[in-house]
This record gives sequence, C-alpha cells and structure tokens, in this order.
Amino acid sequence: MKIPDLAELALRNLRESLLRNSLTTVGISVGVASLVAMLSLGIGLQQLASRRLGKSGLFDTVIVSSRREMRGMGREEERNGPAPGESRVLDEAARVQIEHLPNVLEAYPDIRFNTELRYEDKPHLTTISALPASAKSNDAFEGMQGNYFSSDTAPEAILQKSFAEELLGKTPKLGTPDPSVADLAAPLLGKELIMRYAQRETTPSPASTSPADALAGTAYSVISREQKLKIVGVSDLDPESMRGPTRAKVFLPLKLAESLHVMQATDLREVSRAARDLPVYSSVSVKVAKPSQVQTVEDAIKKMGFTTFSILDASRSIQTFFKVLDVFLGIFGSLALAVASIGIVNTLVMAILERRREIGIMKAIGASDGDVKKLFFAEAGAMGLLGGIVGVALGWTIGRVINMVTNIYLRRQSLPADNFWAVPWWLVLFAIGFAVLVSLISGLYPAGRAARLDPVQALRYE
Amino acid sequence: MAIAPVNPPANGAIRTENLCRHYRMGETLIRAVDGVSLEVRSGEFVALLGSSGSGKSSVLNLIAGLDRPTSGSVVVQDKDLARLSREELAKYRLHVVGMVFQSFNLIASMTLSENVELPLRFAEVDRSQREGLAREALDRVGLKARTNHRPSELSGGEQQRAALARALINRPQLLLADEPTGNLDSHTGTEIMNLLREFNEGLGMTVVMVTHERALAERYARRMIFLADGKLIDDRPNVPAIAAAETSGVQR
Repeated sequence: MKIPDLAELALRNLRESLLRNSLTTVGISVGVASLVAMLSLGIGLQQLASRRLGKSGLFDTVIVSSRREMRGMGREEERNGPAPGESRVLDEAARVQIEHLPNVLEAYPDIRFNTELRYEDKPHLTTISALPASAKSNDAFEGMQGNYFSSDTAPEAILQKSFAEELLGKTPKLGTPDPSVADLAAPLLGKELIMRYAQRETTPSPASTSPADALAGTAYSVISREQKLKIVGVSDLDPESMRGPTRAKVFLPLKLAESLHVMQATDLREVSRAARDLPVYSSVSVKVAKPSQVQTVEDAIKKMGFTTFSILDASRSIQTFFKVLDVFLGIFGSLALAVASIGIVNTLVMAILERRREIGIMKAIGASDGDVKKLFFAEAGAMGLLGGIVGVALGWTIGRVINMVTNIYLRRQSLPADNFWAVPWWLVLFAIGFAVLVSLISGLYPAGRAARLDPVQALRYE
Repeated sequence: MAIAPVNPPANGAIRTENLCRHYRMGETLIRAVDGVSLEVRSGEFVALLGSSGSGKSSVLNLIAGLDRPTSGSVVVQDKDLARLSREELAKYRLHVVGMVFQSFNLIASMTLSENVELPLRFAEVDRSQREGLAREALDRVGLKARTNHRPSELSGGEQQRAALARALINRPQLLLADEPTGNLDSHTGTEIMNLLREFNEGLGMTVVMVTHERALAERYARRMIFLADGKLIDDRPNVPAIAAAETSGVQR
C-alpha cells in the first residue's frame, strides 16, 4: 500500500474509535509533556548556570604566572614542570609573546597590592588591582553604579560593593537583607579617596652593563607616596571572584597603576631583575576570545614554561553535573512515556479484537501481511506523532508555569528572577521523534499479531 | 461497457488433486476436505453443492488461497497454491480471485466507493484512476447513485451488489461466491444470480459458487459438483441450464 493511502486509512481507523484512541494519545502526550518539562528545566538550569558564571567574565580568562612564584607551594605544576629556578621570567617580552598567541585578545600584567586607603580621614586596608580599558565590556560590571574609568590613566577608582559597605560602615549583619548597590553608591560616587602606597625606585649602578653586573649591582629605594582617587563606580558583582581571598576590592585603571610603580610583594623575589629594562610581572591575565579556546591557549602558555590557571576545570565538573542531571530528568520523564506505550499496545490489541473481521476481509480481497502490519504501524505512529506534538505543547506550558511560579516565589524572597527553563528546537524535535519511536515499538507486537491472523478464522468471527 | 472481458488462460482454470484439509479439534480429527480431485475449465460456471458441513466452503477457501491444504494440491493457472509464500498468496488473492460472501463482508466504516476501491489500494493503483474504476464497477452493478453511502444505509441486495463490484474491480479471472444469496430474499437473490451469470457470460470470468440451494444451482450453473463429508460424490453437467442458454442465444 502507498504511504498516503496508509495514512488515510490509519487516520480513518483512529477516528472510528475516537474516545479510546484519544485517551491513548492523551497518555502519550502526558508522557512527552513530562519528558519535555523535565528536560527543559534541566537545560534551562544549565544555561542559567553558564550565564551566571559567564557574567563573572572568568571563563575566558587565563592567569599566567612564572613558576618562580610557585616556590614551596607544593603545586602539581612544580613537581611535574621544570625546576622553578629554570623557569622563564614573566617579563614584558613574555607578555607580548603571549598576547600574540592565536585566540588571545589581550594579556595584561596583574598589578595587585595591599595598601591603605583613606576615606573621610579613616584608614581602610584593602587589596587593589588594576584593570585594562577592555574590562569595561566585562559582564562583571553589569549592574554597576556610576561609570567605568574615563581613561586608562585617570586617577579614578571603582569599588566593589563590599568595600563600599565597609567605607560607609554598613557591613551587613546576618539576617538583614543586603543594602542595594544603588543605595551604597549614592553617597560615594564622586567622592575622593587617598591612597597611600610605597613607590619603588630603582637606582641603577652606573657601571653595570653586563647581566652579571645587573644581577649583582642594582639597588632600589622605597618612597612613601599618596595618590588622590575619585570614586567613579561601585560594582555589584565581584569581578575577581575566582581569586578567592586575594581578590581586590578596589580597582584602578591599568596605565595609572603601572605609572605609580607601586612596590608589590613579589618584587622582593625579583629584586635581582628589577633593574632590567623590561618590567617583570608577578602574573599576567590573559583574555581568550572564546571559553572553548581556553584550553588550547592554556596549553600553549604552559609550553612556554609558565604556570596557568583558569576556571575551566571547575566549569567542566559543573558541565558533567548538568549532563548527569539531564540524564536523570530524562529517565524520569521517559517513565511516563513508557507507561503510555503500554496504553498503545493495549489500544491496538483491542483494535485487533474488534477489527478481526475487517482484517479478514482485507486479507480475503488481497491485502498482504505487510499491508495489515503497516496499517497497524501507521496507526501507532499517528498516535505517537499526535501525542508528541500535543505533549511538547503541554510540556512547554508546564515548564513555563513552573518557571513563572518560581519567579514569583523568588521575587517574594527579594531575589532576582531569572529564566531557568529552556526548550531548544532540538528538544522539540527529539521529543516528537522519541514519541513516534516509542509508539512504533509499542505497535510492533500488535501489528505482527494482526498480520498473522488467519483469514478464514477472522472471517468466521462475528 | 468499459470493463473488458478477461483473457481466458490457455490451460484449465482450476485443478485440485487429492485435496485434503484436516483440522484437529481437541482429540478428534475433522476431515473437512478429504481427497477431492476436480477440474474447472476457464469460463465455466460451477456450483459446489452439499449440506452444511459437507466441506464445500472449505474447498472454496482452498481455491481462494485463504487456506492451505493439509495434503494434495490446488493448481490455479499452473500455480500450485500450496507452494506460494504468504506474500505470493496475497498477490494471487488480489489479482486472480474475486470473492463474494454470504454476509457481504463490506467494511462498515467505509462508503461504498471506498469499499469497492480498497483492493485497488492494495494493488497500489493511483488515486485518480481508482475513483473512475470504482464508479464504473458500481455502475455495472446498478449502484451508481449510492457511491457515498455506508453499507448500513443499504439493503442486503445492494450490499451484495457492492461486494460484487469490489470482487470485479481488479478484473480477476476467477469469481468465487460463498452462498451469495444466503442472506437475501428470492427476488433479490435472483438479481445477484443474474449479475453472476452476466459476469460469467459477458466478461468470461470463471465462476465457482457454493450453495445449498439446488434450485438456484440448477437454474444458473452449467455444472454441479456434489460434496458430502468432505468427499466429492457427484460431478455432472447441468443439461437444462446449458440448453436454456443455447436456446436464449446467449453466447459466451
């Protein structure tokens, strides 16, 4: 039989026992709906997590440091890599070289120091780091109050929310809601901070021209200085959340920070190199074009003899978690579909009993076993297709409602609402395809049974 | 009439040799057909007669390819049905045989024209051709006006005529009728029998009809085969019917 004829006959037969076939189809719909709802929430949660982590701007960052910095820290890299003493120095030349690696957007030195900031004549000790102009587009500054630095050399500062709280004496206590970033920024924006820092000044020995002399004969002096900074922004998110306890709370423009020649903790170790023409960095932050390229960039930098760190490893385990979650949700969703498939078997076996005579007639007038089998298959497939389409719509609605209700709940808890529900196109196609497949498998037995009916007995059946 | 006569095959239409069909019912063996050998030439109109349980319907089912013999052979147009695969047997039923039954056996959910064109669907004939052929076949049995009715809306005679149209649609050489008038009053039964005769004489179809009504067989069949307890007990030409046909000048 030709496919259009098959489809026409199948639909006609389905219409003949409308109630029973509708109920079976509803069963499939419910199964598909539960599958779609479960998977849409799983996928949505995964996307939400990626989005949230992506907003921190950390997935595309690799932090490079010299192995010399790793002395005595017992890290794996130290044990496996070259001895720290043989490692390369992370100087300007290395930075430029890293910056020219493929897929690297920029590599900037990590300037980071602890110092005292005075605000309204009260001293506050904190960690300061420098940001390049490009960090302006970093999602970490989403929700920031005020503006980004007006230029790369402007004497301006951006505060992290927690430092703003400290300046205002509003350190949150347990049980009270966090003050909003807007409330914190209002009294601070445009105000002045005074940064006290130690400037390092090298005094090259006039005779030293050879490297050996440079190592032996340089000296530097430390001068105490002050720098006025204007508060231009208060950030809501934590741009340096990946750095843990060493993360900075105050940010300066990169060029300004470089020009200050602030003495950093790591300078002591690099004392012998401080006199060289090229500046030496404790670490360099590398921005990669896409998170997927982080691994290759990391590998390339490691080959150059440096130690790298990225959050990629952490994100990989998160991905694994969500994959496992999806599988579990999918299995739970499929259970309902499995129950529905028994409904299909039941409906079709009933149909064979009812239509026994009809099958006998069809065989008597020339239908082959294959024709009868295909007809029952088509009926199962049609129920699956219909159930799949209705089920996807139903699952989509259920997911949406769950999302909506949860967001209402989140808003009541004064938490930001977000979308943790997603139905990608592949899920729609997969769910419908899966429903049809399950239905066809369920139709295997009834169709085979119908095809094997003995026409003489079937015709005798009243 | 657009339905052309079938081409009679060179050899005899049907030949059975020591045909047996035995069933087992619990402990007892039922010999529904027990060593029947007969031959039907193409273009014949044969009546299979016998009381109920004589095995006449079983013989018809074996000739129709609906059932397989326990032993012996059924050869139709040089094809031994016992040796055909299920698929080949279905093709045989589709193209070589047209069947009508006592209880009409139309599909209740389909209109008359859908019922009539159903064999064409199995034969994978295009929709455009199917409709024309179905209309033509229904026209031939006088049901042109009822093509869109369902079987339940028709009288028994009309339903049987529709069944005849369905049996005709694939232009088979063999028309097998199992008590075609059994559910009809005598007037309507006569109409159906006249159609059978018309198909036999006008289209050259070989007709094998099972009946228990001797009068009907004597009036229409040219040959009568009597069965009892699964065995052939008599096989003779029906002289009055042949004579009547010759005097009325109807030519095959």
